[in-house]
Amino acid sequence: MGVATYIKNEKNGVDKVVLNSGIEIKPVYTPEDLEQAGFSYDNDLGAPGEFPFTRGIHPLGYRSRDWTTRQYTGFGTPEQTNERFKLMIAHGQTGLNVAFDLPTQMGFDSDSPMAEGEVGRVGMAVDSLRDFEIAFEDIPLDRIGVGLTINAVACVMLAMYQAVAEKFGYSRTEISATPQNDILKEMVGRGAWVYPVEPAVRLIGDTIEYAMKELPKCNPVSVCGYHIRESGCTPAQEISYALMIAFAYIDNVVARGYRAEDFVGRFSFNLNIYGNLWETVAKFRAARKLWAKLLKERYDVQDKKALFLRGIFGGGGSGMTKQQPENNIMRGAYYALAAALSGAQTTALCSFDEAYTIPTERAALLSLRTFQILLEEVGLRDTVDPLAGSYFMETLTLQMEQKILEEMDKVAKIGGMVRAVSSGYVQAEVARQAYEWEKRLQKGLVTKVGVNKYTDGVDMEVELHQYNEEWPQIQTERLQELRRTRDAKGVKEALRAVEKAAREKKNVMAPLVEACKSYATVGEMADVFRQVFGEHIEPSIF
Amino acid sequence: MAGRKIRVLLAKPGLDGHDRGAKVVAHAMKEAGMEVIYTGLHQTVQSIVNQAVQEDVDVIGLSIMSGAHVPISRKLMAMIREQGLDDIHVVVGGVIPARDFPAMKELGVEGIFPGGTPFDEIVDFIKRAVTGHQST
Repeated sequence: MGVATYIKNEKNGVDKVVLNSGIEIKPVYTPEDLEQAGFSYDNDLGAPGEFPFTRGIHPLGYRSRDWTTRQYTGFGTPEQTNERFKLMIAHGQTGLNVAFDLPTQMGFDSDSPMAEGEVGRVGMAVDSLRDFEIAFEDIPLDRIGVGLTINAVACVMLAMYQAVAEKFGYSRTEISATPQNDILKEMVGRGAWVYPVEPAVRLIGDTIEYAMKELPKCNPVSVCGYHIRESGCTPAQEISYALMIAFAYIDNVVARGYRAEDFVGRFSFNLNIYGNLWETVAKFRAARKLWAKLLKERYDVQDKKALFLRGIFGGGGSGMTKQQPENNIMRGAYYALAAALSGAQTTALCSFDEAYTIPTERAALLSLRTFQILLEEVGLRDTVDPLAGSYFMETLTLQMEQKILEEMDKVAKIGGMVRAVSSGYVQAEVARQAYEWEKRLQKGLVTKVGVNKYTDGVDMEVELHQYNEEWPQIQTERLQELRRTRDAKGVKEALRAVEKAAREKKNVMAPLVEACKSYATVGEMADVFRQVFGEHIEPSIF
Repeated sequence: MAGRKIRVLLAKPGLDGHDRGAKVVAHAMKEAGMEVIYTGLHQTVQSIVNQAVQEDVDVIGLSIMSGAHVPISRKLMAMIREQGLDDIHVVVGGVIPARDFPAMKELGVEGIFPGGTPFDEIVDFIKRAVTGHQST
């Protein structure tokens, strides 16, 4: 849960504070610390909006633009998801972040035996273009940016999004989608993988290449340190692994003969906020700086905008507790504060009931209001990067940078992220960190309010988001109706074109868009890749 | 059986990919001297039972976060009985609301460990269950 370890002396004073990333915090910082760390205003900070972007990517921060709030939304049937989308937009949300159910994320149709009990449970069920037509009805797709939280079959869902937009009369050049599309982190931390490592990375390369040419406003990859951190790694490791993952995808596309400069500006990141406030802010400042510096060094990227670390910095679910769930409302507010102090462009919060289930409407709105209060009431938009120049914050940012580089080096020595994930190195390291953390928590070396200290509060009853047992039936009936009525021959031909591209190592995206338009199902398209690529086998780490 | 380490199959049934809990508990069990076989993600109940037989385990530990703990446990217990594996102890961890404990116990699940259960409690429970079983 990410907080620091406090070693106390016999008088109950704090002797030692050690951050999760292993950095020790001193009781007092002075100009000497900056000098010792070799701090230079020009090299390490510079102006906001200028290289190396430690202070943020916009010169005027939140004065020139609000952050985008993008709560994770989607459940049950496409109809219900559509209703919730409209509700969140009506309340001032400026982007959508679509949750898919697990069968969809894993490329199974709702009537597959593997989908049993899971249809519509943790997100919306999508079997075909018909479902997207319902989910996005009356949503202005030229104005609202849409995150698609899907990875193993992200190429299918990006194609589906283009298909629905075109069906509604939008041009592919005006739609803005951000599929999560980060399979390496799934293999480390979230578990929704399907294909083996190498072809899975190739499919991501295909989406990046396609977006570069055909979807100018889409961000084809959202590299997620977030879930790796949720799985237990330290904040420094979160950034190290995220950057190494991004390099793996860049390398795949560069190997096709493109310049990183031409596509990397559309990468975005999904990073985590919970635990120690200072460590979090320093982490983001160091991450922005390292991303820009390393892109210059490794890939000779010069275009300023291509050097921006853009993305969503979101309040992490691991910080939330089942015990005394109302405490999570306060935690969420502090995570949002960390996001603002870090110059987050896009934010989201896990809602206070999320340790139990996906958020209720009431809880999701509270999260949105938290952000609105911060920017519009208490003054977080007044000035850019307000902690800049603090002896403490600048020292810590430099220390975080070092820690991140050390961890990157370990992965580089193994041969990069594809190899470090194939071999299980990263998975083993993350599991070890999670175990060490849990031991510290159980021994009381770290404090989690309501969990291992101050536990005698009131455990309120949480009103739970209800799963409706009828959803699978509704969804399956619609799917079977579709199978009866669509042009079967057209579907077959479209799927054959996808298979041909997959086998011949041609870009699969254009054939996928056609397959979506023919109403081929997600399961059918995913199965084509299963036949061509096989399936991932987890490396043993115990 | 003296001197034989307790063998535990830790399993992740279904599509849910949250394996932090399972991996953390695997570490704790190993540190307590048990042999741990981790199935990895996306297992069917059938494949879990097959591995339990192959690996000759004393305990099956299911880790379930998806909310489907009751139907999955029901399926597993039925399959275990069918195959005459009644001497295998079954424990379940994960997001398990207290209101479901009685139903789980009735199915024959011996130990239920919701997220945050101290390692010692899990380890002691399994040791007691397995050694108690061996002495009867």
